[in-house]
Amino acid sequence: MKIRVLLVDDEEEFVRTLSERLTLRDYDITASLSGDDALQKIKQYNYDVVILDVAMPGIGGIDALREIKKMKPLTEVIMLTGHGTVETAIEGMKLGAFDFLMKPCNTEELDTKIKKARARKAEHEERIRAAKVSDIISSPRSVLEDD
Amino acid sequence: MRDNLDTVAETGFQFFGKMTASISHEIKNVLAIINENAGLLEDITLMADRGRPIEPERLKTLAQAVMKQISRADTIVKNMNRFAHSTDESIKSVDLNDTLELVVVLSNRLASMRGLELDPKLQKTPVKIRTSPFLLMNFIWLCLDFAMDAAGDRKIVELATQKTETGAQIRFRGLEGLEQLPLDTFPAERERNLLNILGAELVVDTKNDEFVVKLAADIDKD
Repeated sequence: MKIRVLLVDDEEEFVRTLSERLTLRDYDITASLSGDDALQKIKQYNYDVVILDVAMPGIGGIDALREIKKMKPLTEVIMLTGHGTVETAIEGMKLGAFDFLMKPCNTEELDTKIKKARARKAEHEERIRAAKVSDIISSPRSVLEDD
Repeated sequence: MRDNLDTVAETGFQFFGKMTASISHEIKNVLAIINENAGLLEDITLMADRGRPIEPERLKTLAQAVMKQISRADTIVKNMNRFAHSTDESIKSVDLNDTLELVVVLSNRLASMRGLELDPKLQKTPVKIRTSPFLLMNFIWLCLDFAMDAAGDRKIVELATQKTETGAQIRFRGLEGLEQLPLDTFPAERERNLLNILGAELVVDTKNDEFVVKLAADIDKD
């Protein structure tokens, strides 16, 4: 299954070109030009990885990250930043972002980070599944009672 | 007096830093787009190596996209250059239209980040005054920063230049949120120091959702 990526940046041309390049690398890409629009899309669909620009008009990258982590804690976020906003990207890491990349970014590096982020999401999902199975095995009655 | 000059210098450095940081961010964005276009060209070439034919129209579109970004970067750098040269002469004759337009161009990205639009209404004829170009730009930015806070739900700040009998003025209009702001914080010390040096006056008119900066025709003859 293709890795589902949401690319969020207010620079339309940047989003269009990077989307095309990532599609050629076999990702399932959705593009978004604002934090507000991205949050709507994330509400409706499960993305594996969100690539999020730090500095955007309206809801900025950090606020968007907070909302994403509230709505979909397992979705991994990679922050994109110009050099003036590295501190903000580091703040993002503290808030649960998977990693950050400086603009202009190296596509191979981005490709690697997306794959690593997807792997971490898969690990978390597997851990949650295993914990649920373990709960069922240790006390099957509790599962029936829950129902 | 020393303290006042220190405040003016500090305010000036902050202004210079704010503007150059915003300019460098814009240039980074342009470089990022050029980088992706060049990368896409490389991707297309690699695919051609594997036998997929290259579409000339696609190459043309990519070349045009790069040229568009180079033109955008050129405009940004030209404005940065104009801004840098505003410190060449401490006092000189300027067209207030040019000065205001440059501050607006440099501030557009910062306004957009706050979800706002700047709408300059410039006079068709030059509005000449003799002033300190850099300090005037600094003062206009401080006023604009305040005006953006006062824009209210309309989200547009109108700026208009006008000739007056004693010099010129800039009106910051359409500030629907002006009445809601605590006016005891504006003008603050930094704005008052610049007003003194520029021989200017600030008149706030909450009833008409605007404030006016009145500038002397000649900074030395005020």
